[in-house]
Amino acid sequence: MTNSTIDFDGTNKGSGSSSVQSSKGYARTSLYDMHLQLDAKMVPFAGYEMPVQYELGVMGEHLHTREKAGLFDVSHMGQAQLFPEDPDSDVAPVFEALVPGGIISLKESGIRYTQLTNQDGGILDDLMVTRFGNTLWLVVNAACKNDDFAHIARSLAGKARLSVENRSLLALQGPLAEAVLKEHLPAAADLAFMQACHADYQGEKVIISRCGYTGEDGFEISLPNDMATNFASLLLKNDAVAPIGLGARDSLRLEAGLCLYGHDIDTGTTPVEADLMWSVPRRRRESLDFPGAHKVSQQLSQKPDRLRVGIQPEGRAPAREGTEIHDMDNNPIGRITSGGFAPSLQAPIAMGYVSAAHAAPGTQVQLIIRGKPMLAHITGMPFVEHKYLRTKS
Amino acid sequence: MSKKFTKDHEWISLEGDLARIGITDYAQEQLGDVVFVELPEAGRQVEQGNDAAVVESVKAASEVYAPVSGEIVEPNVKLEDEPALVNQDPAEGGWFFTMKVSNPDELNDLMDEAAYADYVKELG
Repeated sequence: MTNSTIDFDGTNKGSGSSSVQSSKGYARTSLYDMHLQLDAKMVPFAGYEMPVQYELGVMGEHLHTREKAGLFDVSHMGQAQLFPEDPDSDVAPVFEALVPGGIISLKESGIRYTQLTNQDGGILDDLMVTRFGNTLWLVVNAACKNDDFAHIARSLAGKARLSVENRSLLALQGPLAEAVLKEHLPAAADLAFMQACHADYQGEKVIISRCGYTGEDGFEISLPNDMATNFASLLLKNDAVAPIGLGARDSLRLEAGLCLYGHDIDTGTTPVEADLMWSVPRRRRESLDFPGAHKVSQQLSQKPDRLRVGIQPEGRAPAREGTEIHDMDNNPIGRITSGGFAPSLQAPIAMGYVSAAHAAPGTQVQLIIRGKPMLAHITGMPFVEHKYLRTKS
Repeated sequence: MSKKFTKDHEWISLEGDLARIGITDYAQEQLGDVVFVELPEAGRQVEQGNDAAVVESVKAASEVYAPVSGEIVEPNVKLEDEPALVNQDPAEGGWFFTMKVSNPDELNDLMDEAAYADYVKELG
């Protein structure tokens, strides 16, 4: 018996900027020793040694996050602050030139999901952008962070200054996340989805963001490295909280219909093909002043050749990344980019790209699994309803 | 007879010329929660080391290899409805298939229980 499809280091590009390196050349987050104490199974991911699962296992951790609260170490992700060169100006219009999202319109402490695009409309990375005054706080994917930060610094030279922040990042996700977090950081309870704030914790600056990548209500907490283990241990003392590894992080985000960079989106996919145009406001679609705007505009008016869709296998066999998708006449029409088993649904689910003619929900398709065609149909996403706290009363 | 083991973590137990095959406790532990099993059909001929079945956890798919050559007699269809049996009872109720062994000498290539225990210990 051997594993054939584990590929947690599939997007392993950068070595990261963390200060600690293991003997194997992988970086470690500040929580590394805590992961070992919690009996985590560690795997290489994006240049880091990261926990793929703990005692509960992927299924148990996934369900725990949906029912209570899960704690994730996401310190491998890149954090940076962008300042305007001219301290009296706003950095938002400067940064907006690199992404199709609405950054100028971002209110104080508001968070936006957007993408860094290239001249062909391909996606260099997807990221979260938060406005603090005339500066922006950026959180980018671990595997892309070195390239992203170099790209941003180079592209905005003379107009903005990027300060890469070597801090830890924890995510606390699930229906009990607010109740747990507000005991230690009361300000968390005042935030609505996609809002952030600064808070003081034992004399240090922490950033609380009400967002995440599981489809649940929850928070990300950016804090100094030397506080991270203590703070994580404090959260874990609450019975509602369990540590969650990358395995469940992946199955949770797949159920939520969210893209994993390097798998569902990359430089070969545009925001139109990836069905991410909800993150591009009308103003940007009209001004067309971001990298690759001509391609996006052309795809919007002429329809793209292919689209990212949800795929529901009708049998029980999971369809993994790379699985070929055929129409009912056995013509190849696309490929699965993320696929697995959905613990919340106890059924296989997948997402992938199909030709636009086959992208309508309900369309019957075949998945070629180990040489055999298996019935499936196109479906809307998310697979599991988002539980974001949209408004705060 | 007692069980024999492969380096790929299958076990085989011979009863006359019929052998029962499953995966070891170590293997199920490594896999995590099993959510899907694909079994070979009765009558299929397999060579030693060939893919014979597939076992999938939430995250990954793995092959189960035929520990010896022969003909598949009976797949454990119970696993199709209850794949978690592989985790709960890998050594007994979670067996994958039985097969008619064509060349019993191939069993000599495999480890006995003590050798397998040492092998797993070395894997850490």
